[in-house]
Amino acid sequence: MALKPSFSTEISNLLYAAHGSPINSCIQCGTCSGTCPVANYMDQSPRRLIGMINADLKDDVIDCNTYWFCASCYHCTVRCPADIDIAGVMYAVKRYSIWHKTYGEDLVGPQFSEAFVKTIVRSGRSYEPLLAPSYMTHFGPKEFFQEVVTASKMMLKGRIPVLPPRIKRLDNFKNMIRKIIPLGESS
Amino acid sequence: MKKFAYFPGCSLEKMASSYHKSALETTEVFDIKLQELDDWNCCGATTYFHVDQLLAYTLVARNLALAEKEGLDLVAPCSACYKNAYFTNEYVKEDPDLAEHINFALEEDDLQFNGNIEVHHLIDVFVNDVGVGKLKEQVKNPLKGLKIAPYYGCQIVRPRKNGEDVEDPQYFEDIISAMGAEPANFPERLRCCGGSLIMTSRVAALDMVRILLQSAENNGAHVIATACPLCQVNLECYQATVNEEFGTDFKMPILYFTQLLGLALGISPKKLGIGIELVSATPIFSKLLPKEVK
Repeated sequence: MALKPSFSTEISNLLYAAHGSPINSCIQCGTCSGTCPVANYMDQSPRRLIGMINADLKDDVIDCNTYWFCASCYHCTVRCPADIDIAGVMYAVKRYSIWHKTYGEDLVGPQFSEAFVKTIVRSGRSYEPLLAPSYMTHFGPKEFFQEVVTASKMMLKGRIPVLPPRIKRLDNFKNMIRKIIPLGESS
Repeated sequence: MKKFAYFPGCSLEKMASSYHKSALETTEVFDIKLQELDDWNCCGATTYFHVDQLLAYTLVARNLALAEKEGLDLVAPCSACYKNAYFTNEYVKEDPDLAEHINFALEEDDLQFNGNIEVHHLIDVFVNDVGVGKLKEQVKNPLKGLKIAPYYGCQIVRPRKNGEDVEDPQYFEDIISAMGAEPANFPERLRCCGGSLIMTSRVAALDMVRILLQSAENNGAHVIATACPLCQVNLECYQATVNEEFGTDFKMPILYFTQLLGLALGISPKKLGIGIELVSATPIFSKLLPKEVK
């Protein structure tokens, strides 16, 4: 019988270009947590998250907001004395949670990312007004109002496009994507 | 004349149109032509990588292939676009298996990418292709009296690309000095603005913006210069929200480095897209001594 890979091995395997920086070389020094500008808002610090992955605490890892709060600033990555691409690890856990649909329901990150990718697949370019529902539906009345005010000011200055942009060779573009992932075209 | 394939990226189409305008105006002064890639697609920022890595690299590689077809190196003014293009280019060069997978998909658009180009951020063009010395020679209106905070942000500097100094870079300061302005001491210059967290983790991002604005203000900066549309929008367009949330009273103008450089080169504010800010940039003009740039 084939052995089932551990959670830490699964995550390591999701790291393309990890370039010899396996997660298990972590020495738990905490440089990442000390560097991270978002650590104060995370359920678990980056150091703890890596420790939890290495301890195969899969459910606890997936349940916390840490990896979806990573802004991809790579400050931890460039400072890690064990040469772990920590921001890359965060990406790997994000992908894992998107594929398995296991992220917390109150998280905006995964829904925003999916909306973004769908927008690109449809038109080839990003268009802010189509992305807004993916995060604004999570806002309370105050945040919603603030966001509407900000967007209106930007619109008045001509900084938000009226029509969604699209690339010319869109059919080729979609065929190109179909060679990599299914586009869910029953809809 | 030096020519580059120019990848503006989605933000520069509208939200950051002033960066687009000022990039073209300022490069022209140095006889550099930014030729926009025909039919480029979105680089995916961070989000493609949340869904599928091969998809992410392929979509970025399409733009690289378009540039390679023109026989030109690629220039991106947005730090996120730059980071994606830079690393996709590097990975394709060193990983034939990845290249094969990507090219299998690119066939659908009659393209292929062989990793025969280089990728630069717009600021690199001024630092390396123009050079700070040449830049200084062309300055007609030195921005004397203006204290500018050099905001590097994240992805220009990180991850480390080519052995460069990621802890204490100086090229942004050098460019500001060449404009005749004074680079402000800005301890948070390498700290993240929050990026897309402004949409997905708002409380965290607003605090990150506050810290940056506070650091610039504490150090007497009149304006923050950025080299990335995401940084610009977070610091500027969400400044009012930060003031509301934290009871602060920031009125810090946030301009692209190309806009400030353009002023120093004697280009009119209008041509540089000045005037579409949510935080007015006019106070900086009164700081300019002895000759006002009009």
